[in-house]
This record gives sequence, C-alpha cells and structure tokens, in this order.
Amino acid sequence: MNYDVAIIGAGVTGAFIARELSRYDLKACLLEKEADVAMGTTKANSAIVHAGYDAKHGTLKSKLNVRGNQMMERISRELDVPFKKTGSLVLAFSEHDLATIKDLYENGLKNGVPGLRLLNAEEVIRLEPNVNPNILGALYAPSAGIVCPYELAIGAVENAVDNGVDLKLECEVRDIRCTGDIFELITGKGAIRSNYVVNASGLQADIISSMVQETEFSIRPRKGEYLLMDKTMGNMVNTVIFQPPTRMGKGILVTPTVDGNLLTGPTAEDVDDRDDVSTSPSGMRRIMEEAKKLVPNLGFRDVITSFAGLRAAPDTGDFVIEASRKVKGFINAAGIESPGLTAAPAIGEYVLELLKEQGLALKPKDNFNPIRKSIVHFRDLNDNDRNELIRKNPMYGSIVCRCETVTEGEIVDSIRRPAGAKNLDAVKRRTRAGMGRCQGGFCTPRVVDILSRELGIPPEEVTKKGLGSNILLGKRG
Amino acid sequence: MEERIITCIVCPMGCRLNVEAENDKIGNISGNRCSRGKTYAAEECTAPKRMLTTTVRVSGGIHPFLPVKTERAIPKGLIRQCMEEIRSVQVSAPVKAGDIIVKNICGTGVDIIATRSIPCQN
Amino acid sequence: MLKVDLAVIGGGPAGLAAALEARKNGIENILIIEREKELGGILQQCIHNGFGLHYFGEELTGPEYAERFVEQVKKEGIAYKTSTMVLDIRPDRTITAVNSTDGLIKISAACIILAMGCRERTRGTLNIPGDRPAGIFTAGTAQRFVNMEGYMPGKKVVILGSGDIGLIMARRLTLEGAEVKMVCELLPYSGGLTRNIVQCLEDYNIPLRLSHTVVKIHGKDRLKGVTVAKVDSNRQPIKGTEEYVECDTLLLSVGLIPENELSRGAGIQIDPVTSGPVVDERMATSVEGIFACGNVVHVHDLVDNVTMESITAGRNAAKYILSCKDTRSVGRSIKTVPGHGVRYIVPQRISDLENIEELKLFFRTNDVYRNALVVVHFGQKTLYSAKRQKLAPGEMETVKLKSEALAELVCDTSCDELKVDIEL
Repeated sequence: MNYDVAIIGAGVTGAFIARELSRYDLKACLLEKEADVAMGTTKANSAIVHAGYDAKHGTLKSKLNVRGNQMMERISRELDVPFKKTGSLVLAFSEHDLATIKDLYENGLKNGVPGLRLLNAEEVIRLEPNVNPNILGALYAPSAGIVCPYELAIGAVENAVDNGVDLKLECEVRDIRCTGDIFELITGKGAIRSNYVVNASGLQADIISSMVQETEFSIRPRKGEYLLMDKTMGNMVNTVIFQPPTRMGKGILVTPTVDGNLLTGPTAEDVDDRDDVSTSPSGMRRIMEEAKKLVPNLGFRDVITSFAGLRAAPDTGDFVIEASRKVKGFINAAGIESPGLTAAPAIGEYVLELLKEQGLALKPKDNFNPIRKSIVHFRDLNDNDRNELIRKNPMYGSIVCRCETVTEGEIVDSIRRPAGAKNLDAVKRRTRAGMGRCQGGFCTPRVVDILSRELGIPPEEVTKKGLGSNILLGKRG
Repeated sequence: MEERIITCIVCPMGCRLNVEAENDKIGNISGNRCSRGKTYAAEECTAPKRMLTTTVRVSGGIHPFLPVKTERAIPKGLIRQCMEEIRSVQVSAPVKAGDIIVKNICGTGVDIIATRSIPCQN
Repeated sequence: MLKVDLAVIGGGPAGLAAALEARKNGIENILIIEREKELGGILQQCIHNGFGLHYFGEELTGPEYAERFVEQVKKEGIAYKTSTMVLDIRPDRTITAVNSTDGLIKISAACIILAMGCRERTRGTLNIPGDRPAGIFTAGTAQRFVNMEGYMPGKKVVILGSGDIGLIMARRLTLEGAEVKMVCELLPYSGGLTRNIVQCLEDYNIPLRLSHTVVKIHGKDRLKGVTVAKVDSNRQPIKGTEEYVECDTLLLSVGLIPENELSRGAGIQIDPVTSGPVVDERMATSVEGIFACGNVVHVHDLVDNVTMESITAGRNAAKYILSCKDTRSVGRSIKTVPGHGVRYIVPQRISDLENIEELKLFFRTNDVYRNALVVVHFGQKTLYSAKRQKLAPGEMETVKLKSEALAELVCDTSCDELKVDIEL
C-alpha cells in the first residue's frame, strides 16, 4: 500500500492532523507504537483548554493556542466529547504575583484572548469561595475550560477512521528511508510507503526526525505527577485555579474534571527516561502542599489515585511545526507541550497548510462526515431511554462495572467501534469500567471475559495496556 | 530429645507450645493454656493432618470448575501428591454436592467429594 | 410497579439467612435481588474450609455453607432475581433495579433488608508510588480468577496485607504451583485468623513480614518487582531497610469496606468507623422500614456471625411488616459507646427496650490486648465483666448481656449510654 500521508503518533496532535486529512480525497495512515491511541502525553495531563494569555505574544504557541481555544466548542460538539467552559483564575498572593498577572493580562490582550479581567480579592472569593482567603487578586480568563484529553483524541481518531484513515496500532517506526520522492517507514509490522510523512510522535519526535535529517531540536521529557480526588471534592472549585507561572511551567493547579472529580498537579521534573511515568512519595507530598496553598481544605484522605505523565518539552521554547528544509515532504509537529491539548485542532489545520505548500493535492471529499457519536452511557440516560436501549440490545441491561454503572453493551461497543479498545485500559478510558471506587476489583474478570470473546483470543492473551502487559499468566494446573 | 514450637489453632488464643519429641515419641509439652492444646500439639508432631480443598474441571456445567475437598483431613505430607492426582481429573455436569469425585485419594482411604452442585448448562 | 412485602438486596449469606428467617416468621411476598448470575455471594469462590463451625457445628467450605441456604430458599419458594443490579433505593422504599430480560424494574417494598456485603480496599486508596503495570490484584479478584475461571494471575507473588483472603490465597496459589515470596503486613500484628497463619503460611514456609510494607512498584508492562521496607511505629518506611523483591504479581489483602452507596442514596445514617449503617439491636437503620445485616453493616471475620446477625434482621423485619409500627419511634433509646481500647460497637444504639429479650454486642478492639477485662458500663453500674486471654483487632468479639443486665437498661432511665471498655 502506498499512502499519500503517513502520520507518526496517535496522540491528540496526530489525531487532529489525521482528522483534518480525512476531509480530503487521499490515502492517509496513522501509526502508533502503543496498543491504543492517546497513550503518551495525551493520556496524563491537566486536561485544560487554556485561554492563551500565557504563551508569549508572537510565538507559534500563542497563535495556535488562541485559535484552538476558539475551535474547541465546535470540535467538542462534532466529536460528541465533554467540554466545559469553566474559565480560569491565576491567583496572586504577593506584589510580585500581582505584577506577574498584570504582565499575563497584557500579553493575553496582545494574543487576542477574549474577556480577560483582573479581579480584586473580593471578586475572586465571590467566584471561588474555597480558595485561600489570603489572595490579593487574580487574572480571570472566561474562555478557559476543561476537556477529557484522551476522549478528545479518541473522538478525533474514530472520526478520522470513519472517514477513511488507516489506524495501525503497535506499529512502531524504527527507521525511515527516503528513496526518490517516496518515504519508506520501517515498522514493527513491515514497511509502509508514503509520499509525505508527518512526525507527531511526541516524546520521540527528535528521534524520529533524526531518522530523516540532521535535527536541531531535542525533546526533554518533563514529568508531571497528579493526584485525582473523589467526586465528593468535585465542587471545591468551579474554575481552573493556577498559581502564577514560573520558568518550569504553570505550577501546581487545582481543577474540576469533566467527570466531576477534582484534579491537582502537576509537578515538573526533567527526566531522562521517555517512558518513566512512575509516581513518588515526594511528588505526592509536594502536590498536596502546593494545592493546599490554593485551596486550603484539600486533604490526602480524598485522593483516589495518583498518576504521572510526561510533557514533550522542546529545547526551542516554542512548538516546532515546520516542513523540513532538507527533505521535501517531511513535516515535524514536535515539541507540543502545554498548551498542546488546546492547540491540537489548530495544529491540524496548520499542518495541512504546510502539506499544501509542500505540494500535496487537497481535493475535498463529498462524503466527509464531521460527526462522531460517543458511546451511549447508560448512567447518563433517563428511565425511558434506558428501557428503550435494553429492549433493542439486552446487553445494556447487564451491569458489568457496578461502581460506575457501566453495562456490557457499552463495553462491547467500545471494542467494536472504529479504533476500538483492544485491552483493559482502553476499555476503561472509553467506558469508565474499572475507574470507580473498587478500581476494577469486581469487573476485571468480566471485562477480560468480554475482551476475550469479542477479540476472539484466549483470556491469557488479554492485556492491561498492550504487548507484555498480560493480566493472567496461564491456566492453572 | 528435639524441641519443636507449635502454634495452637484450636482457639483464637494462638498459644505457642514447646513440644519435646523424638521420632514418634512425645515428651513434655509446655506453653499451652488448656488441655486441648496438648492433644493438638501431640498430633501435630506425630501425624499432622490437613483438609485439602481445590477444584476440578467440569464439562457441560454452568461453571467450568467444581470445588472439591477431602472428606476428612489427610496426612499433611500427602497434600502435594493429592493435588497432582486431582489435577488430571475431569467430571461432567450435573454434579451434586457430596458426590464422590475421586475414591481413596493416594491410598489415604479418604475420598474427594464435590462441595457444591453444578447443574447442566441450560 | 412490582409490590413486595420484603425486598432483600443481595443474595449472599446475609440476604439468604434474612429472607429465610422472615419467611419463617410469616412473610410470604419476598424478593431477593442478586447481581451475580447465581445466589450464594462471595462464598461461591471461597472454596476453602473453615465455615460453619459455630452455626452448624461442623466445618464446611464456602460453597457448602452457601448451598445449604440456597437449597432452603428454593424449597421455600422464595422469589429471587439473579444478574439483577439495584441502581437506586429511595427513602420511601421504592427500588430501581435492572437486568437484561426485564429492563428497568421498579419495586415498591413494605420493608427492605440491605445485604450488599463489602468490597476490597485497593491500591489507589493506599497510593503506593511507582509504575502502573499489569499484575496487581486484590486478593479476592485473584481468588475469583483461580477458583471460578481457572486462570493463574501470576507465578511469583508478593502479598501485601495479612487479611484472611490474602492468607488463603497464599496457600491456594502455592498449591497451584506459584511461588509466594512473602506476606507483608504494615502493622506489628496480623489482621488474619491464627489458624490461617499456621495452615496457609507456616505449612508452606511463606514468611510473614510484620511491620513491613511495599514502598514502590516496578515494571512498565507487567510487574517485575516491588520494593519492600520496614516501617516504624508511625507506620512510616524506615530509610535503609528497603529490599527489592522480584515478582510478577502483587496481591492486596488490605481490608474490606462495606458497600453502602445504595444506603447513602436512601439517606441512611452511616457510621464513619464501620462505614456501614448505624443500626439498633433489631438491625433497623435510621430510615423507617429499612434493615441491614452482614458485611454491609460491618466487616465480619466469620460467616457464622453474619448468619446470626441476619436472622435477627429477618425476624425483626417480619415483625415490622406484620405490625406496621415505625421502626424509629419506639421511645427511649440507648447509645452504645466504644470506650477504652474499643474501635467500634454494633449495634450503635438500643431502641426497642420494651421488647428486648437478649442483647449481643459485637465489637472490635483497636490493638492487641492480653489478659484484659472486657467491661460493660451503664452509668455507674457494671453490667458485664469478663476476662479474655487475648483480644485482637482481627477477631471480632461478642458480649452477651443477661436478662438481669437488660432489666437495668429498662429500669434505669437516668442513663442513656452503654459503654464497653478494655481494662488491663
């Protein structure tokens, strides 16, 4: 198979590039080394749709952030993914902080961020009664919001696949050869030929780029640990609460999630290992200390789980999204650190422009369908709709995950739909099965059973998150 | 005489008993707070016995495995051997609780019996 | 709307015993609702013996114990729905449940007995740092895989927590060919029964490391090992005592929590210590006509006690249905108060003093005590005092108050607190 475009990396960046390409009459493939989409930086981050006051005016980051923010409402509607425009606050506790938020305000105005306001302490408390009463003021950005990052990426990939993009999972690119006008990608699943290559490989972006050309940027993984709190804490804040930013990033924040939990983090630690998503006791303590400075009523007792993610921090300080000057047809979409999640839809558009400049013919498809329907969640339906659903498909009457009220119907749908779930974590991300209080204690055996049946593999071959993560190690006896 | 330490399990007290023993001969027993402990310790030193519970594969039933047990306690030293013998056993549904699954396991004179009923599928 | 006299939520040992007792006391229209595909509850996967010594006077396995009750329920013709999940209970005792064949089911019950049991604590609530690989299971999940489905969760196993299910699984996995490297217990004493420590660990030379915990998880895809460390008296890891243990499986046996999401939804008052409903001596909750029994009230270590407690619930539920007397308005009530050394007491209150015939207090201590006195105080009076050679948090204790003591409760109206103390 000869593709017009091969995209390396099915994180949120690759997902939106793929979706943009699927509007046109061409052959594209999306290559992912993991067993599911959204497995890297996209899986574990703050889940914030940033307003765009933070990125320095004139940078690519600032432009794509503001554009991405503007697009998010429409995108979330088309892809049927949750998005809440909560607004955000950057709190100031000192004169120095006040100067910082004033600078952010002015930078934001230049970037074209709508509705920015500097609030006094009283106004902040009215908006957020649970924040530290010692604040002096805050920067309010009403256009900020929250999404579910992996659902956004999954939605975009499902829509791209629906519109003809080939998704290839567990398909790691090991080398790229350029012969004439054609790229040959050597993958774990054989060679793939393509006229154009887009590198959206996140934490691996400098390595992939070096396969084609001498590469001037490098990616440094920067680890961020998070604590997720119980839903009983979900109403502690209404908006995204930031500390004033420092050189290492935006600092520890406190935010509601679209699922109604409360999220706090991240730490920021430069690491060498591009797979190191382990958490640490010191990280957890630091998050709690810092979070309590913003919202004093938080405590460890409310933590349900901790996790860590890696940001793909470039040494250039800005997104590296450009066509190669040396090798025609190769495009980097690299260094996508925060606000990459917000910018992703805009990056998709931007990369398409670059591809066009490189000579890719873009003929719009007549039958492109921008609409993707989410899995129907039984727990969100009223009684009539529930009965109707069960009548049509009795599997919706069988509750598999009792903590999150997830039915067998939803789990089967998550496996059968385009870019469907192939392992336990993939099912969990799409349906929430195993995400509740018992953390999969009761439903794991049932979900293993359903995966085994639907994928036609023995239970021992069912994995938690892909190759080598088997849940069971053989039959007994 | 050799001295052995035995934790009594007759009651929740969990007394640590000192037992003097040589081969099958039991000498002085100390550390027990009641006479039941003495009996337990003597048996534990000379002929320790255990119940064995496990499962065997069952075909055509509502479950793929049938829980079973030794009808009485068997010599502790034979547990692994019995496991081996039971491992190769397969039965067909229906099974009733109390059904004999293996007669006289490993020559112990004790039968392996089903501990639940498993009706046929459908 | 389906109308029943008594709805029993949960078809495990608690629900079955309660339903049978209600039937014995004249209740015809009973419905048991069970989420699994058969009755019997968690006992069906507890294939080991040690059940029934107190209630039946003989040693049974879990499935045998369950089958005795299941057979009786069937013989009595008590209605039950399996593979049916209760989604919601309202304080007016309407229930919403769902299954594949009936769809949504609305039930109006004159009386409800809650018997949903408990769930296992998980890694998340403990926040062990490190990676997130496959190979970490609660002991009960592993038990289900091995005993019901016939699969091995792993070959080299470390068990965190010395709860009974963890101990039982140490033996079970060993007999199935796995190597159980150690059992780590955070506390300086085990939470499991002594006989399980002897027969499940000592018999197979599995070390029990007291005052030890897992401080780090290693392995990106499948678990490769854990770091264990000794902890100090504040349960904090001691630097320099870390030890890497190679394993592919970590089982968690770190305790059970009553499952009370439905109870909370029904507005029932929950005891923060037991995590179960506050109940009186009849097993009546704070909401009229709703009773509770078994592990949903407090975690038991012996199913025999669950059965006894559920019989009490069933009998009083029947009484309520036949008399229609509000379970809450019974005049004066007495609170039970955990005193020195006592973590909790069930029942939390005594409310039907006029009809009280016998009173059993179930309690757990907060530490290990040897040669201590269990004393029950009622104001200035001592209603009970008895020496126990050993008291431990892992073993539930019972005090039975005699009729003279009960007479004091009824007569002395100046006092409304019954206190249990451990005196050394």
